[in-house]
Order: sequence, then C-alpha cells, then structure tokens
Amino acid sequence: MALRTLDPTALALRRSRSRRDFLKSTGVTFLAAVLLAAFLLPFLYMVFTSLKTKEQMSELGTPPWPADAPTFTYNGVEYDVYRVPTDQGDKDLALVKKGLTESYFIDPANPQAGQIKWTGSWRSLPRATWTLVPHWENFVNAWNQINFPRMFGNTLFYAITTEIGVLISCTLVAYGFARFRIPGKDFLFTVLLATIFLPATVTIIPTYTFFVKIGWVGTWLPLIVPAFFANAFDVFFLRQFFLTIPREMDEAAMIDGAGPLKILTSIILPQALPAVIAMSVFHIVWAWNDFFGPLIYLTNKPELQPISVGLQKFNSIHSTNPSLTQATSLLALAAPLILFFVAQRFFVRGVVMTGVEK
Amino acid sequence: MSMFGELSRPQRIRLTKLSPSARREALTGLLFLSPWIVGFLVFTLIPLVASLGFSFANLTLTQEEPLKFTLENYQTLAEDSQVWSSLLVTVKYALLALPIGLIVPIGLALLINSKYLRGRAIFRSLFYAPAIVPFVAAIYAWNGMLNPETGWVNQILKAIGVQDPPTWVNDPNWVYPALVIIGLWGVGNSLVLYLAGLQGVPSELYDAAQVDGAGWWASLRHVTLPMISPVIMYDLTLATIGLFQYFLVPLVLNSGTGAPGNATMFFNLNLYKTFFAYGNMGYGAAMAWLLFVVILLATVALFKSQKYWVYYAGENR
Repeated sequence: MALRTLDPTALALRRSRSRRDFLKSTGVTFLAAVLLAAFLLPFLYMVFTSLKTKEQMSELGTPPWPADAPTFTYNGVEYDVYRVPTDQGDKDLALVKKGLTESYFIDPANPQAGQIKWTGSWRSLPRATWTLVPHWENFVNAWNQINFPRMFGNTLFYAITTEIGVLISCTLVAYGFARFRIPGKDFLFTVLLATIFLPATVTIIPTYTFFVKIGWVGTWLPLIVPAFFANAFDVFFLRQFFLTIPREMDEAAMIDGAGPLKILTSIILPQALPAVIAMSVFHIVWAWNDFFGPLIYLTNKPELQPISVGLQKFNSIHSTNPSLTQATSLLALAAPLILFFVAQRFFVRGVVMTGVEK
Repeated sequence: MSMFGELSRPQRIRLTKLSPSARREALTGLLFLSPWIVGFLVFTLIPLVASLGFSFANLTLTQEEPLKFTLENYQTLAEDSQVWSSLLVTVKYALLALPIGLIVPIGLALLINSKYLRGRAIFRSLFYAPAIVPFVAAIYAWNGMLNPETGWVNQILKAIGVQDPPTWVNDPNWVYPALVIIGLWGVGNSLVLYLAGLQGVPSELYDAAQVDGAGWWASLRHVTLPMISPVIMYDLTLATIGLFQYFLVPLVLNSGTGAPGNATMFFNLNLYKTFFAYGNMGYGAAMAWLLFVVILLATVALFKSQKYWVYYAGENR
C-alpha cells in the first residue's frame, strides 16, 4: 500500500516523516533516560555514601564517590597531602610542620630535597586529589552492629508465616466468592471491597487494646494471626483470576465425585499458579516493608524486631554516621530488590490485576 | 470490570427459598468464606464499633478513674488547637501531594507508553524499582540526598547556579515538597496501574480522533483521560484516604517530633502520640472518629463526583 505510487512528492514526504519519527524517538528516549537517571540517583547516593569514611562525609569539597585523601609517610609518620601553590604552579605536598603563618612541607615526589617552607595559613589549602577507595568494611560494621542475621531471620519468619496464612485463607475465600451461589454474596463482596477503603486509623485503638488485654503485645501473634483471616486485596486479586478459569473442568471433577476442596487443590490452584506466585511475591515485599505493625507490637522486644523497625531504631541512635546509615539501608533493601529483579514479570501482573481489570 | 464497577453495582440480595442442593452449596460456600467473615467481625467491624464506644468514654490503658460515658472527649476535641492545627497540616500537605501524585505517574505512564520510546520494558522495570525499597530505607536515602550541605540535590542545584538552595527538611515550608519527593519515589505502583490503563485504550479510538483532526493534546484530553478515568478514580480515592492518614514518613524522619517547628505534626502523628505515648484511648478514639468522618466525607464526595468525570466503558450490563 505504501508503494502504490512513486510520486516524488509523496516519497519525499514519507522520507521526511521517517526522519521526523527518528528524531521524535530519540528525543522521547533521551527524555525518559534523563528522568530515569534522576529517579535512580538516590541508589547511587546510597552506594557511594555507604562506602565513604566518616572523615570524607564531614569534609566539604570532597568527590561524590568514596575516596581517601592522600597521605604520605615520611620517616614512619603519616602526613596529609595538600595542594600548595608554589612558584612552579600547584604542587601536592605533605604537610609536616603546621604553623599559623608559615608551614613546612615535603614533596612526596622528591622527599630527599628536604622541607619546603611555605608562607600562609595551611588551613586555607585544599587537600590534594582524593583517590577512589571504597570502604567495604562499613558493610561489615553495619552487618555486625545492626545484628543483620537476626533481623533478617526475624523478617523472613514474619514474611513466611504471614505468607502461609494469607495463601491458605485468601485462596479459600476467593474460591468461595468465585464458585458458589450464596444468598447475599454480592453484598458480602461489596463489604469486602469496602474494607479496602476503610481507614486503618479507626480500628487500631480497640485492636491494640484487645491484644494488650489478651497478653499478645510483645509477641509475634498480633502480626501473624490476622493474616490467617484473609484480606480484601488478595481475595479480590485471586477471585478475579479464578473467574477466568473455565468451569467445565470443575464440573467434570464434580461428576467424578471430587469434593469442593479437592477441586480447589487439584483443578483451580494448578491453573491459578501464576496469580498465586504473583500474590506471594507481593506479600513478601509487603512484609519486608511493613513497619507500623511491628513497631507498635514489638517496641520493647528488639530481639524480635524485623529489619524495618531495627533500621529505624538503629539509625535514630547512629544518625551522626551517614555511611553506616546507608550501609544498613542497603542491607535492608537488598533482599526485596533481588526478589524484584528475579520475579519482575509477576510484579507487573500483580499490580495490574489488583487494581484494574485484565 | 474494575473494583469500582463492583462497588457501584446495585445490590440484589435474594433470600428466596433454596432447594436442598442449593442450600448445601450455599453452606459450603459460606464455609469457604468463613475465614474472612470471622476476620471481618473480629478485626474490622467490632473494633470499628468499639472505637466509637471508646470515643465517648474516659478510657485509658491504665484505667484509674471509674468508667463513665460522656461527650467530654468531643468537647475537648472541639477546643484542642493541636488537633485542628494537625488536621490543617494534613490537609495542606494533601493539597500539595495529591495533584503531584496524580500528574507525575500519569505523565510518566504516557511517556513510557509512547510508541516513540525504545526499551519500554526496561524503563518500566527501572521506574518501578524504587517502589520495592522498604520505606524506612527510602527515607534515609532521601534524608541524605536532601541534606542542605552534603546532599546531592543541593550540590546539583549549586552547580547549576542556584545561589541559595532550600534547606528542605529543616525548613518549615520546604519540608512539604521534600516529603512529596520522598513519596514520589514509590510512584511505581500507580505508574504500572496507569500503564495498564493506557494499554487498555482501544487503538481505533485514537485512529478515529486523528480522522477528526485531533492533535496530541486533543486526543489526550478527549480519548486517553476519559478512558483511564476509572484508574484515576481508583488511585485518587486510595491516595486521598492514605494522605489523610499520612504520618509514618515524618515519624521516621524526625522521630515523630513534628520538626521543624510543628510543620510535620500531622493529624495521625498527633493521634499516635495521644494513644501510644499517653495511653489515652478514649480521646484517641474520638480523634480517630473525627478523621474517619472527614475521610468518609471526602470519599463520598469523590464517589458522587464520578458521574461528572469518570467514564465506565461497558459497565451497563
């Protein structure tokens, strides 16, 4: 169709259009890349900061990447190297004797030449070029000081136990909503969806009080037990998926004498596996991020706290050490981020199916 | 059909006499629903009613005075300047965060959905990635980025010639944009929702608009936005409810002090302190119900507004 005519003006038009498309495409991709770079900058900030020394953080005019100020060892003593303006231009010299109005330097390139006198306040001098040195030991410190293995274990325990609860309860409830004729089911389903829009603030005080009265505060129970009673998001998500599974197979199994539970486990669940995996992955990330529940129920139990609360408690004490803060933050986000890149197609599907119809 | 389709559908509760097999099916079905029904009663309905009851009582965690039910909490509430100023802080922040929180993900989704963009899947994944970061870690990352001296944001601003960059979280006015920026880092969830919405717009509509002579802006205004309006509605409603309850970021950022000044003393932060620091259950419950009523009014207003701007395709079954 495109080559129906070889009219030169049409051809020229087509060529200019394809050039315009190329320009548009380059422009749009460039714009997106710039925005993305800005969007991902905090990750780079975290990585760079986590590898810096405390010294570098407290000094102005240092490079953004982790680096050490150069030093020079002379006669067994370590001296800082400064950029000194001399007759032969700027030189990197080691400061060996500090004075108010005049100081003495050694040229690291030529230490035999002896001390060089320089007049002026050494405090006004900039440090010589910082060299790239990543301080990986910050991660060792962070790992030990925050007791990362314990935090990680607690978070994993929280994620897995609630995962089991959510999987069992939401599958059962979603199956009930998807496959059974129940009087008032529409009403119940509306109530279920309405709970998504119910502000948690309004129920938290009696709920917390109840858990105090039955002695569960300070244990994992108030966090884990409710997971076994289903939640609106996951039920809605699974139910939408179950509805897309044809009923013929259920009915055939029913004729063969399979009970409803058997149909759920042997027919529905295998077909809904992508949805179940998407939900599980989502849940793990949610649990990793969950902060408020563990904060209020485990405040006085540092040995039980998951990583989110541990991170906050740790950093409210060590706020003066940004490198350690970023190192602990990176430790906390490593697991969910790795999970995301491994299972990203499930994520996208999960977000889409929870929110809008597909 | 979206979640809102479900909600806006008229209810028909048929309680006709059931045959034995239908009754069996209904009972089995109810058995499957029972975890949620029990959970709803224990963790939602009873606490909801209880908190209303609490709000009329002089209830504290360490009850010393004899229990009595009065309107006292609500009378105190009406005169409590801290309550109203914290509600004002919340509304002020919402008025800034809500429009930006809508426009940015829609704009990004339009960009990523553009047929001119190359490497769409990579962009989608990477723009989503920060949404995975635990928010406590995200707060520390941005707290560092926005540090007035050592933070990269101000260093970049200075490098491009801004003489006096803001001190962000240390400034009672600039702290709000700072919180918005922190919030925008988690834009991925909304972004993916809008992307799915955009991909659901039938391409014939764009062709038809083009035939009618519509340019980019006209087809955005008259095709794209109406077609994704149910997603906007969903996102807007949850964002509104979330923003009225916003307080975890300031709680972590300044250990809940409300610094700078009282600029981050959000309503829920105030409520959290009333309850968890002072153990005042009755008054806390009254505050919670005040917020609930405000949120309910906002949600109802949004739902009522739907008929003017939300277009539900194929919902008239």
